[in-house]
Amino acid sequence: MHFKLPWRNLWRNPRRTLIIMAAVIIGVWSMVFLSALMRGMSENMFENGISILTGDLQIHQKGYRSDPVIENSMSNPGEVKRVLAETLPEGARWASRIRVNAIAQNARHSAGITFVGVDPDKEKYVSFIKPAAVSEGKYLSEGDQRRILVGKALLEKFETRIGHKIVIMAQDTNGEIASKAFRIGGVFRSELSSTEKQYVFVSKDAAKELLRLSSGISEFAVLLEDHKRVDQIAGRIAEKLPEGYEVHTWKDLLPMMKAWTAMIDGFNLIWYVVVFIAMGFGIINTLLMAVYERMREFGMLKALGMKPVWIIRNVLCESFYILFLGIVIGDIIGLLSLAPLFQSGLDLSAMAVGAEMAGLSRVIFPSLNPNDMILANTVVLFSGLLVTLYPAVEAARITPVEAMMKT
Amino acid sequence: MKIVESINVSKTYQQGKVAVNALKNVNLTIEKGEFMALAGPSGSGKTTLLNLIGGLDLPGEGKIIVNGNDYSKMNPSQLAELRLFKIGFVFQAYNLIPVLSAVENVEYVMLLQGAPEKERKEKAERILDEVGLGDKYSRRPNELSGGQQQRVAVARAIVSNPAIVLADEPTANLDSKTGDGLLTLMKKINEKKQVTFIFSTHDRMVMEYAARMVHIRDGQVAEDTKK
Ligand SMILES: Nc1ncnc2c1ncn2[C@@H]1O[C@H](COP(=O)(O)OP(=O)(O)OP(=O)(O)O)[C@@H](O)[C@H]1O
Ligand SMILES: [Mg+2]
Repeated sequence: MHFKLPWRNLWRNPRRTLIIMAAVIIGVWSMVFLSALMRGMSENMFENGISILTGDLQIHQKGYRSDPVIENSMSNPGEVKRVLAETLPEGARWASRIRVNAIAQNARHSAGITFVGVDPDKEKYVSFIKPAAVSEGKYLSEGDQRRILVGKALLEKFETRIGHKIVIMAQDTNGEIASKAFRIGGVFRSELSSTEKQYVFVSKDAAKELLRLSSGISEFAVLLEDHKRVDQIAGRIAEKLPEGYEVHTWKDLLPMMKAWTAMIDGFNLIWYVVVFIAMGFGIINTLLMAVYERMREFGMLKALGMKPVWIIRNVLCESFYILFLGIVIGDIIGLLSLAPLFQSGLDLSAMAVGAEMAGLSRVIFPSLNPNDMILANTVVLFSGLLVTLYPAVEAARITPVEAMMKT
Repeated sequence: MKIVESINVSKTYQQGKVAVNALKNVNLTIEKGEFMALAGPSGSGKTTLLNLIGGLDLPGEGKIIVNGNDYSKMNPSQLAELRLFKIGFVFQAYNLIPVLSAVENVEYVMLLQGAPEKERKEKAERILDEVGLGDKYSRRPNELSGGQQQRVAVARAIVSNPAIVLADEPTANLDSKTGDGLLTLMKKINEKKQVTFIFSTHDRMVMEYAARMVHIRDGQVAEDTKK
């Protein structure tokens, strides 16, 4: 009967109970839905960010980051490779690149681009530039001398086609301007058209030849299986490397993205607070009303010898039922409303420019983290019970004599 | 055996700036098994006295001793405990919990007393049989007449064999025939179980049932007659 009485009391005024419950449902639903969407965005942004060559961490010659010219490349990449082999955990992949700013040119157009020489067989495990990204033509192969991969957007901008030539001009190791004509061997796609316009890829051998480089490497990029360990692993690598190198994690390399993810977390938090406040006031108000209506009854119960804690317990129990049901229903509606988005994603192409600036894909898939849901549920349950204490204590404080005077 | 003692009890209420002497120097002794009526005009202090005897309020001066317990030496939680186990209450109205059935209303006090479930149900049903509601166990208060509701309240008040039952105008909301029925029932229980009943009333007819009648006027005992 301890549990029966509060349950029946709920349905004395079903409309009021349903209104509070609706507030809880909407609160929980919005928390589950938005946090999954926000987390989806945040993860998408992160994956896009690190897949565009950044990786989890990078190693450069000291000075390369402030002046990324070919003179600042690493002359002894062998010692870096040795350290990587010793320190990287299982499942981690790395690739080395030659990377310079250059000018691409054909008969009609020219544009500043980033010219990247890669080891195709290693690169495909580390960044987005892999066979699957090539929509026309073929991916690079080891030692390709004349073929170049360009982005779809650049291809369109240059009004050219696969098989046609494109000339790359860059400063070589001797400080001379070197140039070479490559044949467009493949066209790659990326989530972001800015990436398609910025990068062109050749094999490392081809890059070395153009830049008159013997063994130099511009950067090493490492992709980890467990992104959370990046700081620890970066630290370990930095410790083992001799003087003259710099290790940077994605947080240093993509400061904007770090800010974005922090902002998304902040947004979630703000939303939690908004829900808490709106719901909290709703609960306090309606429960106070419910409690004041029943003051005579509480007074009668106290006259019979009911202790104040029992009354508090009963009111808390009523509130618990509402919160619990509201949370369960809110979770279910949250999951149901996310279900279609897990399948097809949320199409952001209507605001593609804004989304792309933020480094987001055109279609975002929500990401449901059980911890987010547990957090949302706990926040609602405990804040709900907390605010219920006020009406509950009010009910427990009435004396029988006071209650009898209320007619 | 004295079950209630009121020694020099006074109670003053503050109504705004005016002090109202609801009770003045009330001395009263009630023996176990009495069936006693408090009579008197409206505002004379009947409810105030019953509240003091029931430990719902504390006197300004004087002492209340019920079943050997001096209220002035007890804290609120001990008073609540005493009410729970030793005092039955029947109010004029709003006696019952509207969402509980008749039998559940009776059971609820036993639940508060910590009685085991099986015992609760058996006793509650037996006591409802005694007050003539054997066929209405599962009716909710709003499905019972006023008289039947008061019978449930009486059943609840006596179910755990209290030392005293306090009833403040239990018949005020009932027509005279139903009121008679309720008083007859209370009298019967009083005789059969030796439960002490103290009730207040304006109603001459109701006073007829009382074996002892205490008239209160202006907060003082004006007359105390035994039949
Ligand atoms: N809580 C209170 N605060 C202020 N004054 C009160 C309070 N309770 C009672 N009084 C006053 O004390 C006096 C006695 O009231 P009480 O309720 O005991 O009378 P009563 O005999 O029960 O009257 P009735 O027959 O109308 O129920 C009245 O003047 C009343 O106004
Ligand atoms: Mg009265």
